[in-house]
Amino acid sequence: MPSSEISLLCRQANEIRKDIIRMLVEAGSGHPGGSLSATDILTAIYFKFLRHDPKNPKWPDRDRVVLSKGHGAPALYTVLAHSGYFPKELLLTLRKLDGPLQGHPDRRRLPGIEASTGSLGQGLSIGIGMALARRLDKKDYWTYVVLSDGETNEGQIWEAASFAAHNQVDHLIAILDYNKYQLDGSCKEILNMEPMTDKWKAFGWDVLEIDGHNMTAVVQAIEKAKKIQGKPVIIVAHTIKGKGVSFMENNNHFHGVAPTKEEGDRALKELEANQYA
Amino acid sequence: MLERKLGPATRDAYGKTLVELGKTNPNIVVLDGDLSKSTKTEFFSKSFPERFFNVGIAEANLVGIASGLASCGKIPFISSFACFLMCKGYDQLRMAVAFSELNVKVVASHGGISVGEDGASQQSIEDFALALTLPNFVVCVPADEVSMNVLLPQATHHVGPIYMRTGRPKSPVIYTPGAKLELGKGVKLKDGNDVTIFAVGLLVFEALLAADQLAEKGIKAAVVDLHTLKPLDRDLIIRQAKQTGAAVVCEEHTIYGGLGSAVSEVIAEERPIPVEFIAIHDTYAESGTGDELLERYELTAPHILKAAERVISRKQKS
Repeated sequence: MPSSEISLLCRQANEIRKDIIRMLVEAGSGHPGGSLSATDILTAIYFKFLRHDPKNPKWPDRDRVVLSKGHGAPALYTVLAHSGYFPKELLLTLRKLDGPLQGHPDRRRLPGIEASTGSLGQGLSIGIGMALARRLDKKDYWTYVVLSDGETNEGQIWEAASFAAHNQVDHLIAILDYNKYQLDGSCKEILNMEPMTDKWKAFGWDVLEIDGHNMTAVVQAIEKAKKIQGKPVIIVAHTIKGKGVSFMENNNHFHGVAPTKEEGDRALKELEANQYA
Repeated sequence: MLERKLGPATRDAYGKTLVELGKTNPNIVVLDGDLSKSTKTEFFSKSFPERFFNVGIAEANLVGIASGLASCGKIPFISSFACFLMCKGYDQLRMAVAFSELNVKVVASHGGISVGEDGASQQSIEDFALALTLPNFVVCVPADEVSMNVLLPQATHHVGPIYMRTGRPKSPVIYTPGAKLELGKGVKLKDGNDVTIFAVGLLVFEALLAADQLAEKGIKAAVVDLHTLKPLDRDLIIRQAKQTGAAVVCEEHTIYGGLGSAVSEVIAEERPIPVEFIAIHDTYAESGTGDELLERYELTAPHILKAAERVISRKQKS
């Protein structure tokens, strides 16, 4: 992939981060940390790989994206808006009464949302169902499931992991946004899931391990994952919670607290001054 | 005297009817949690192995996969024991099915305490309450083979989630082949002006038996099979309340949150009359034969008869 294309994706991700900050400031609540850590992953999926048609969101042959970590909704909404599913102005209605941009994704209210999530641990099973439907219908779409590290605490994740390997579910790419924090503290403190990659390998998955903010690495990992047949694959993407805004990075205060207007302005100033601005 | 003629268990009727439905509807897929020999989805697995998924003993994952399949246009029928599917898969039923408004058919076997010898851990006495509280769900309990044969195709045709309970023991025959049953409409099996006995599942036969015994005492009881708990046939309940002025509600379920609660809500709103409840009184059951347990926990005809007499006496006082 030419470096100019990578550079464009990085610029796109930077624009998305800016909109995430804007919408969270306007909403006054929401989850900045996990939205910013997942931004590069979602940008790569939507602007490099996804086969979809924002004007025809129910196209049966479309690739599917399940944001299992539903609290990352601001990042998902922003990539959807930037893809053309709905006008970007709508982003400023996040979490407002009667709005389609619910606090966590609601498939009934917003085109482009494939699964209603927010109760952690459920998205991988849903993605497996989509991948099984693909197999039954002899279609060739891909299903992407974006997981958080915290939600791997849930037993359902490992039920799903066992099933996918046993049933050789392919055309399924899980991407773990491994930002090392969950709500109450660091993953190591709350429930240490290490050795994370060994766990997935032991469950029968192909595992790719990358820096989730190195766009070249993200793109190459997804390309590699799409070549794997007959088994599920997970990309363990090491990320930084709050990535892109210095005072939010690895600052778990911003797990579930929106930036104030002043913090938002500082964040935007940083994002407007970095190398991808 | 009413004859107790045993037909197949409703789980057997489910298994067989599902195969018939699978022949004409290629979108039907079936998932089970390592209990297909008991839930009878085994029949479907043999006829259509490519459309059957045994997910193992993992109910949360089972429901989640069904949600993903449904979002792609499949019609998943998911089965396990009622207690396991409803209790271990409940958050998934809530988020990935009810809230998501996806077309998943939950058909869970081993409802009630007539499961018998395996004991309380395998018996389901909370499933009506759990299913009834899920928005968008239809809740249905076919009483016998014919009702299953008639209602399961309707459940398939209905677009949206359904919870259907099946039973382990052979079911007394209530309906003759060709009977007209409609999802959402109760069936008045017997008319009478003194009291209405509303019942579901195995207790429909017990209610008929009680009505016969009441008739010998000169009391005329109406018997209604309320096979659909949600949406409830409000009109029929109101008509019966007006006609008979007293009701007994019978279910193989805990007294909280099931059919008795649902019927009482309608009666309280529309036509307050005395009501008595035949249900399990806030306790778990135990091992024993199904018949022994129904008797021990006071769900059989003699208890319905006494409840009818009690409720009629309350009517006369008020």
